[in-house]
Amino acid sequence: MPAVISVEALTRKFGQLTAVDGISFQVEEKTIFGFLGPNGAGKTTTISILCTLINPTSGRAIVNGHDCKKEPRLVRSSIGIVFQDSTLDKDLTAYENLVFHAYIYGVKKQEIRKRAEDALRFMGLFERKDDLVKRFSGGMKRRLEVARGLIHRPRVLFMDEPTLGLDPQSRAHLWEAISGLPKEHGVTVFMTTHYMDEAEVCDRLAIIDGGRIIAQGSPGELKRSLGGDIIFLKTADNKKAALKIKEALGITPGEKEGELFLASGRAEEQIPAVIRALPDLVLSVRFQRPTLNDVFLKFTGREIRQQDVQGPDSLKEDLRAYVRRH
Amino acid sequence: MTDLNAIYVIVMRELKKFVREKSRLVSSIARPLIWLFLVGAGMSRLVGPRTGMPYTRFIFPGILGMTILFSSIFSSISIIWDKEFGFLKEILVAPVRRSSIVIGKSLSGTAVSSIQVFIVLMMFPVIGERLSFFQVALTLLVGMLVSFSISSFGIVIATFYENYESFSVIMNFIIMPMFFLSGAMYPVKLLPGALKWASRLNPLTYGVDALKNIMFHAGAGAMGPDFSFTLDMLVILLSSAAFVLLASVFFERKQ
Repeated sequence: MPAVISVEALTRKFGQLTAVDGISFQVEEKTIFGFLGPNGAGKTTTISILCTLINPTSGRAIVNGHDCKKEPRLVRSSIGIVFQDSTLDKDLTAYENLVFHAYIYGVKKQEIRKRAEDALRFMGLFERKDDLVKRFSGGMKRRLEVARGLIHRPRVLFMDEPTLGLDPQSRAHLWEAISGLPKEHGVTVFMTTHYMDEAEVCDRLAIIDGGRIIAQGSPGELKRSLGGDIIFLKTADNKKAALKIKEALGITPGEKEGELFLASGRAEEQIPAVIRALPDLVLSVRFQRPTLNDVFLKFTGREIRQQDVQGPDSLKEDLRAYVRRH
Repeated sequence: MTDLNAIYVIVMRELKKFVREKSRLVSSIARPLIWLFLVGAGMSRLVGPRTGMPYTRFIFPGILGMTILFSSIFSSISIIWDKEFGFLKEILVAPVRRSSIVIGKSLSGTAVSSIQVFIVLMMFPVIGERLSFFQVALTLLVGMLVSFSISSFGIVIATFYENYESFSVIMNFIIMPMFFLSGAMYPVKLLPGALKWASRLNPLTYGVDALKNIMFHAGAGAMGPDFSFTLDMLVILLSSAAFVLLASVFFERKQ
């Protein structure tokens, strides 16, 4: 499949600090690409370059066939963006926010109404379309932003930590919509996250730390790079079973707390063979698969901290109201 | 085409919000009327008979200038609000020219300000001013041009500030001096040397002067306009173009 985003040796410095340090990657069409890394790893800087908000110090970024530095307008017209902080106009209604967006992206007038209503329905906000955005919850605002990001039919939708600060239910709701985008709307999704469970659903992942990509691949590939799954067996006779496994599969299983265990590439493929090799001996089987957290731990030597960040929006709104009163 | 749509929708957004916030309209009309009737009435006792025209009539163009100044700049520095609350990003990543955004924002200020100018202007019979239909129409037209110029100036200012704390700085160090040095309250020609120069650098001076040119009859003497109408219009038009250009450049500048 053709690459819709292609990044080569991209570097961005802010004074002394190198926020992004020579990264390269490609994103295939109609997939979900995840950028996984801790805060300050360079995720937002990368997304800002791809969205043409800032220029790279060196290197190249091509989105939908256009150079982000040389042809920013062409890039902008083919992408949708959901920023980390809300960029909605809270004094307008949900519907008005969408109409505003449709106009500045040059959507044909006679299509605006239908597209706005479709997008609101898709994100489950149709009943609230004429409410002012300031009355929306955090989850609804985020969904409205996704709806807005889709209304001009972009090829790529960028999302910077789309579920940050949302409660679990809103996260699930939003995530359901996001995961349907490639198939239902033909949109490629590029998202940053530091949630492992979200990274798990991406088609491909790049793990970024300290401005560099330290590993990339599908979640499965990344996990297999740790040496694959481990199968645990409870048997009627461990010694006999160990021998039979060695005969049939050429692997010598270990024994721990009354259980046999053996390393395996993909456990679900190997388990039937193991059971066939041990007729009437197996009492129970389980297997453990390395998690993305294990992957991150292996490549960086530490775990991603799962911070719960409160959105700064509500504070800002209070301040704004204060300033207006005085 | 996209750019025209963008300009249109930026103006519509401003108007929609303006209509929605009734208190904003009321307070924006109240300010010039308070100046006109309270300050004007008090001062006219001091500077009355000798000068050839009542003080209230003298400051009327200046009060229109004040209406333009406050509403245009307030409308433009709402960009700082948009910056603070993120909405500006939504506009900046859109596939439209920076200059279209600036023009859209300037026209927003112009629209909002023109509505207020119209309301304040209609007070002319109350202060004993007699204006022909032509004078009223020309005042409105020039008022729009001045509004556009001051709005685009406001955008240049807004590009320098990141948050609303700067609001009082703008109020005290830009808006108030601009108002007092515009010839609104006293003729520019009566100012001492340094201030006279400062007022000549003030774009609002020419706007107020143009309005004086339209409203005052010949023989106003020291209270009359300071420059010719042609010079006023030239400065207004050229400064508008310069401000739009400057603001576009400042917007384009990336970190």
